[in-house]
Amino acid sequence: MSVRTLPLLFLNLGGEMLYILDQRLRAQNIPGDKARKVLHDIISTMFNRKFMEELFKPQELYSKKALRTVYDRLAHASIMRLNQASMDKLYDLMTMAFKHQVLLCPRPKDVLLVTFNHLDAIKGFIQDSPAILHQVEEIFRQLTEVKCFFLLCLWQTYGGLSAGEFQLIRQTLLTFFQDLHIRVSLFLKDKVQNSNGRFVLPVSGPVPWGTEVPGLIRMFDSKGKEVKKVEFKHGGNYVTAPKEGSFELYGDRVLKLGTNMYSMNRPVETHMSGASKNLAPRTQENIAPNPLAKEELNFLARLMGGMEIKKPSGPEPGFRLNLFTTDEEEEQAALTRPEELSYEVINIQATQDQQRNEELARIMGELEVTDQPRQSASKGDDLLAMMDGL
Amino acid sequence: MVAVDSQGPQDSAVRMFRRERSIPLRGSAAALCNNLSVLQLPSRNLTHFGVVHGPSAQLVSAAPEGVPLAQRQLHAKEGAGVSPPLITQVHWCVLPFRVLLVLTSHRGIQMYESDGSVMVYWHALDSGDASPGTWSGRILVFDIPAKGPNIVLSEELAGHQTPVTDIATEPAQGQDCVADMVTADDSGLLCVWRSGPEFKLLTRIPGFGVPCPSVQLWHGTVAAGYGDGQVRLYEAGTGTLHVQISAHARAICALDLAPEVGKLLSAAEDTFVHIWKLSRSPESGYTEVEHCHGECVPDTQVCGARFCDPSGSSFAVTGYDLAEILRFSSV
Repeated sequence: MSVRTLPLLFLNLGGEMLYILDQRLRAQNIPGDKARKVLHDIISTMFNRKFMEELFKPQELYSKKALRTVYDRLAHASIMRLNQASMDKLYDLMTMAFKHQVLLCPRPKDVLLVTFNHLDAIKGFIQDSPAILHQVEEIFRQLTEVKCFFLLCLWQTYGGLSAGEFQLIRQTLLTFFQDLHIRVSLFLKDKVQNSNGRFVLPVSGPVPWGTEVPGLIRMFDSKGKEVKKVEFKHGGNYVTAPKEGSFELYGDRVLKLGTNMYSMNRPVETHMSGASKNLAPRTQENIAPNPLAKEELNFLARLMGGMEIKKPSGPEPGFRLNLFTTDEEEEQAALTRPEELSYEVINIQATQDQQRNEELARIMGELEVTDQPRQSASKGDDLLAMMDGL
Repeated sequence: MVAVDSQGPQDSAVRMFRRERSIPLRGSAAALCNNLSVLQLPSRNLTHFGVVHGPSAQLVSAAPEGVPLAQRQLHAKEGAGVSPPLITQVHWCVLPFRVLLVLTSHRGIQMYESDGSVMVYWHALDSGDASPGTWSGRILVFDIPAKGPNIVLSEELAGHQTPVTDIATEPAQGQDCVADMVTADDSGLLCVWRSGPEFKLLTRIPGFGVPCPSVQLWHGTVAAGYGDGQVRLYEAGTGTLHVQISAHARAICALDLAPEVGKLLSAAEDTFVHIWKLSRSPESGYTEVEHCHGECVPDTQVCGARFCDPSGSSFAVTGYDLAEILRFSSV
């Protein structure tokens, strides 16, 4: 499996998370400046340099459970709180959305275009905020460094990869998403997902860039001259690709996968297809006592150690975001979530590594809501300038 | 289900295929290429199927109508690492005197008796100079005795610089065909070899920027399936391209051959399976191809496909995330 998959997985899931939070913040009528603050805090945490350094190290993918812990912390990077049921739903939606995008990518390399779509949108979340502009007070050298660092990471990791290596990344991502069939109302409505939870794979439309429309057999003699040409009926309804999506900093990505499909009028809902037999094979991964816990905890400690959570120095009141329409629905969802879909918090007491245990406990402890003001890192302020170059 | 037949003179007995009873699997098929292996045992009225799920592979044996009779799960050997090792391929190797089941993972190569009951050999792959997640492109040649576990690594062939994706062999055809093995890799390069006490590299057929996940060899003709949906046929001895088919709209994941009748099967991530008839033109002697049949497996990213009988009148398909083996046979 590819050891270069984690950054793509993390960035795209993070992008989906921002789309969903943005939609719910508006649906719940959270005041504009608070909503923007939440998104900015999350974005600045995602692109923190130390965190990026850890993220881009070549490493295997960790389990869905381990990764969820990272997003839990990320979602709580600001004044917003989520109950377990809402966090579960958020993670379900994020993972199903990106799974869909990976499956439907015409070429394995196009997952980079999906990533760019998410990054372009993230830039949009910051730029339309006049409030943050005047907060930018940063050493220019540091700004440039952070901006360049992220882009350098991206290009260094993916700029020179071959088609075969992208195919491996694709397979690694699909392995991560294997057996996930949660039905999402929006997908069902748009006929992007079937009622059995499987995604629709269209057999029409443009072929991938670089692929020919199927239907032709060409035969050659030993000198390379074409001697016969026969057409056959492929069965699909394909057309030539109009143009290639841009992999530059700015450009027309052409691909729509990874753009924001949520809006005020299209609320986010999921159905728990717990009765589906397709979920059974993965049960063992979720509930067996986890001998991998130690490795995963090391990973989490390193990764989250790089996440600098910014807490407001002033008396900024927090609020709770609900991914459901009512509190009762949220409670009900928590009670009825199928066993095999529960993301148990990794039990750190189960490990024998005392030192690692303590370190992680310390980091995890910082997740809790306290009234003690943390030193307000100004790293968050370089956000705009950092994203400026994107 | 969309079934498309091409026009042209064909044996009408293989024109139409219908969906037969599926064989359920304990675990869904992983998104790997060539993720279905079939061992036909007509004398025992049995067919064995092998599918990789992830950390485990599943073997199922079924009666002709598809009724599952027995199943077994095999795992890759454990070792150090973050997670249980993932199996990369399960495959039956039919040798003159015995059949071996081969399981590969990043840790190494495990060989079993054909029913998977007993492991007869384990070869650890050292990570050596390769960083985790990459493979060196080496081809390992093992000497297999007619019985027993005395398997020996006899040769390592260097020919590829990128990970090897598939290997195809055919019994030596006599003086006409000197090539009896072809290997393919992630860069699309094909190497054609002649077996013997030492293997000899005969030809290299360069790629063109896409991986070649699947390759077959039939009467001195190499059939290769590529990541851009093309199927190409080359003359094995010289590497000359004879046929180029824009066969699929997505990456090809599997090719199979029914050698007795010259049928080729191609399956791809575009949800389609196509069957082709290979022949040699009596006038020119050049390889020719006809399209016989196309089958759409709706909303399924196919990851493996094999003929289930020597005449190519039935085939089986696996798909990513699908916990069953789909079967089709001609009407």
